[in-house]
Amino acid sequence: MTNVDKKHKKAKSIRPKFEGEYKLRIPSATDNLELIRGFVAKVAEKVGFCPDDIGKIELACDEACTNVMKHAYDKKSKNTSLDVLIKIDYQKLTLVVTDHGKGFNPNTIPMPNLKEYLAELKVGGLGIYLMRTLMDEVDYDIKPGVQNRVRMVKYLIDRKKSELVQ
Amino acid sequence: MENFTVNRTDKEDISVLYIGGFLDAHTAPDLENAIQNLIDGERYKIIVNFNDLTYISSAGLGVFMGYIELIRNNDGDIKMSNMSPKIFRVFDLLGFPTLYDIVDDEIKALENFK
Repeated sequence: MTNVDKKHKKAKSIRPKFEGEYKLRIPSATDNLELIRGFVAKVAEKVGFCPDDIGKIELACDEACTNVMKHAYDKKSKNTSLDVLIKIDYQKLTLVVTDHGKGFNPNTIPMPNLKEYLAELKVGGLGIYLMRTLMDEVDYDIKPGVQNRVRMVKYLIDRKKSELVQ
Repeated sequence: MENFTVNRTDKEDISVLYIGGFLDAHTAPDLENAIQNLIDGERYKIIVNFNDLTYISSAGLGVFMGYIELIRNNDGDIKMSNMSPKIFRVFDLLGFPTLYDIVDDEIKALENFK
């Protein structure tokens, strides 16, 4: 059991109302962001997440998809789709965003020192910071030109009970 | 309903942008255009009223970062008002309150320009 699992077991996890998978395959274009957010928010709501966590999942997914839409494909790319997969199983929601574009080395993108970062007024790059802050786990599986995946997990926690535990 | 709206009102040398709907990577260019129009007209004292904004992503926040230096170098500022707790939380997560003047309402933002 990982440290994250232990933390959330202690925080009185609750079972989701159902288990299963939902998948959306969609052209990699920013005018689809609203549709993607709606899809993710509806599933998270159905699972039983509180409005605050639904907002976090929605925003993290937006940031992951925006990265794909902005950077994964160039004009010559033929297949410019992206997949959003939501898996619901015991205690958690797993969100997987997959593309077949250029990919990147996640190790070259450190968590920014926000104060310095903002002081230098760097535009962009805040999305990855937000994803790591909003979700309980974020990891990458990058195979440039083949398949790039961002996997993010949010645990379903009974907020009232977890407050009592703390 | 339009997914993002921006309306401008000028109050003497201060311009107020009222934004509504959602501000993401798709709609951020609309806000960029509105701010660029103000800069083109040499209007550097800007208030952004977030009252009707329901959603923001980092692409939206990036718009403010992209212009703030130029605006402050011209004795202006972007002051922000009327944010819902949901919108403020995103700004707060990214440390914006230490760098930007974020106030409860437009009246306070106007006062802070004096």
